[in-house]
Amino acid sequence: MPQVAIQAKGLEKWFGEGEAKTSALRDVELEAYFGEMLYIVGPSGSGKTTLLSVLSGILKPNSGNVLVEDTDIWKLDADKLADFRLHKIGFVFQDFHLFPRLTTAENAAIPLILKRKDWNESIGKAIGYLEIVGLKGRADLPPVKLSGGEQQRVAIARAMVSEPDILIMDEPTASLDGDTGNAILSFVHKNVLNANRCIVVVTHDARIYEFATRILHMEDGRLTGKEKGTA
Amino acid sequence: MTVKGILKLGYKLLVNDTSKFTALILGITFAVYLMMFVTSMFFGVLNHASANIINIGTTIWVMDPYVESVSSSVGMPDYVLDAVRSMHGVKYAVPLYSGGALVKLADGNYQAVTVIGLDDTSLLGRPELLEGKIEDIYAESGFIVVRDAEFSKLENPHIGSEFELNDHRAVIVGTAKVATSGLYGVPTLYTTYARAAQYIPNPRYTISYVLVEPKSMQDIPQIKQQVEALGYRARTKEEFMKRTEDFFVYKTGGGTNMLIMTAISFIIGLSISGQTFYTFILENLERFGALKAIGIKNRDLVGMILFQATFTALTGYGFGVGLCVLLIWLAKLRLASYAAMLTYSSLVIGFVMVAIIAAISSYAGIRKVLQIDPFSIFRG
Repeated sequence: MPQVAIQAKGLEKWFGEGEAKTSALRDVELEAYFGEMLYIVGPSGSGKTTLLSVLSGILKPNSGNVLVEDTDIWKLDADKLADFRLHKIGFVFQDFHLFPRLTTAENAAIPLILKRKDWNESIGKAIGYLEIVGLKGRADLPPVKLSGGEQQRVAIARAMVSEPDILIMDEPTASLDGDTGNAILSFVHKNVLNANRCIVVVTHDARIYEFATRILHMEDGRLTGKEKGTA
Repeated sequence: MTVKGILKLGYKLLVNDTSKFTALILGITFAVYLMMFVTSMFFGVLNHASANIINIGTTIWVMDPYVESVSSSVGMPDYVLDAVRSMHGVKYAVPLYSGGALVKLADGNYQAVTVIGLDDTSLLGRPELLEGKIEDIYAESGFIVVRDAEFSKLENPHIGSEFELNDHRAVIVGTAKVATSGLYGVPTLYTTYARAAQYIPNPRYTISYVLVEPKSMQDIPQIKQQVEALGYRARTKEEFMKRTEDFFVYKTGGGTNMLIMTAISFIIGLSISGQTFYTFILENLERFGALKAIGIKNRDLVGMILFQATFTALTGYGFGVGLCVLLIWLAKLRLASYAAMLTYSSLVIGFVMVAIIAAISSYAGIRKVLQIDPFSIFRG
């Protein structure tokens, strides 16, 4: 039986009050396991991004709880929650959010720098991860000199550099063409996923479903079923 | 564990944005330069306004109560000198003459001069001589000319030069240097009190000031009381300088002008650096949001922004002070008595203004960064 990485129980999240109240999550329950690449798919406005934010400790639910490796993350105070994200979770954003004035290596080293590791040591480790994601020799370039796919690889290197247990990927192929998106997810599936890591991907790009271990479908704030996988 | 990495990150984000960093530095440099220059000019003017007090350098000055600055003396009768000499605590007291005269130059033009008449017996307050002997001041028609920026207005006289001073013959017997040049751009001549009073047409009373040396510093209060009882005022050197400065600050519009110029400089600096720094924050806002999602703590973000603002402010302050020093130095190469003086007060005023600019600029940025919700990074 695979070990549970994330467990969500009774998640409810709504925005606004009264007549303007909009429910984004309705009694969501899920478990994500180490060693799996869990996809959460669904149409726009179905609540995928809200769920991802709640699972990763960014958006507080109105009710329910999220256990990450037995820690109820929404019972942590703001500083501890930030520390928790920094140490346990890696993020790959849809728009990469790389700093254009920093080099590729400096961008990739940011989580280590935020962990207050030595600057040179952090850059050295980031360069190693850039080589792993296929960007050898690009460490000193600014992100604007890289293609979209390469920038996404830098974002992956940044997410991986602190060796998090959980990797959160928000629409990782939305800013990429089909082939590049496919190559990126293939790379993640082959090189980033392992038995001690859980990857949660939010996407509506059906072309990358083949890399999922499990796919959960979401609609109207509810998990409505699974398209693939047995867990 | 070190915070140096986070500060270095902030430094690189700031400095690598060359155009904004340059605009920030230029804005603060220019503002600091203006503030420093205006205050330096002002303090320089105040210093020059007190030139005679500084150069003569006696401990106590006795004067008419209505004297507002050293350059506007009111004549006192001779009995004041006698009365002061007989007061308790007075070691010695001598008269000083200070007035203006016209010198007729060789080319027929007239040049205004300041004439200082020193006590004939003691020559108290005499300047340091560069050429000649001090006793020659007693020679017939003897005058000592101060070699300052105004010296050339007397056609660069030397020992033996002669000219007409108020239709009297005057002979240069020495040249001297003084600590501070006067404010009004006219040459200064020293002679004896008696000759000054003889050469320059005067009202009934000729003593401009009585210079007093107390027996000890503890005697100053009782000397002041005795002089006041006589109907006059005794002021220490520092008090008289302050009174002269107050006159220029409050009664000539100089203080208001300085305040206006300083305020304008401050507004210029705040506008340029505040706007540029805020734009810098806005352009990176989403990335700061991404940092928050990744796990940076608010206090680290605030520290990073404060560091950026402080670094920019200090760099701009350094350049501004440097520019001000350079331009004053260049001006003084051309004009030795150029009335600008970089004081600790100027440096402190400039520093406080820059600190306020940095605080206001960073406050706006910090508020924006603290408000950004990392959820918005996901939401797009």
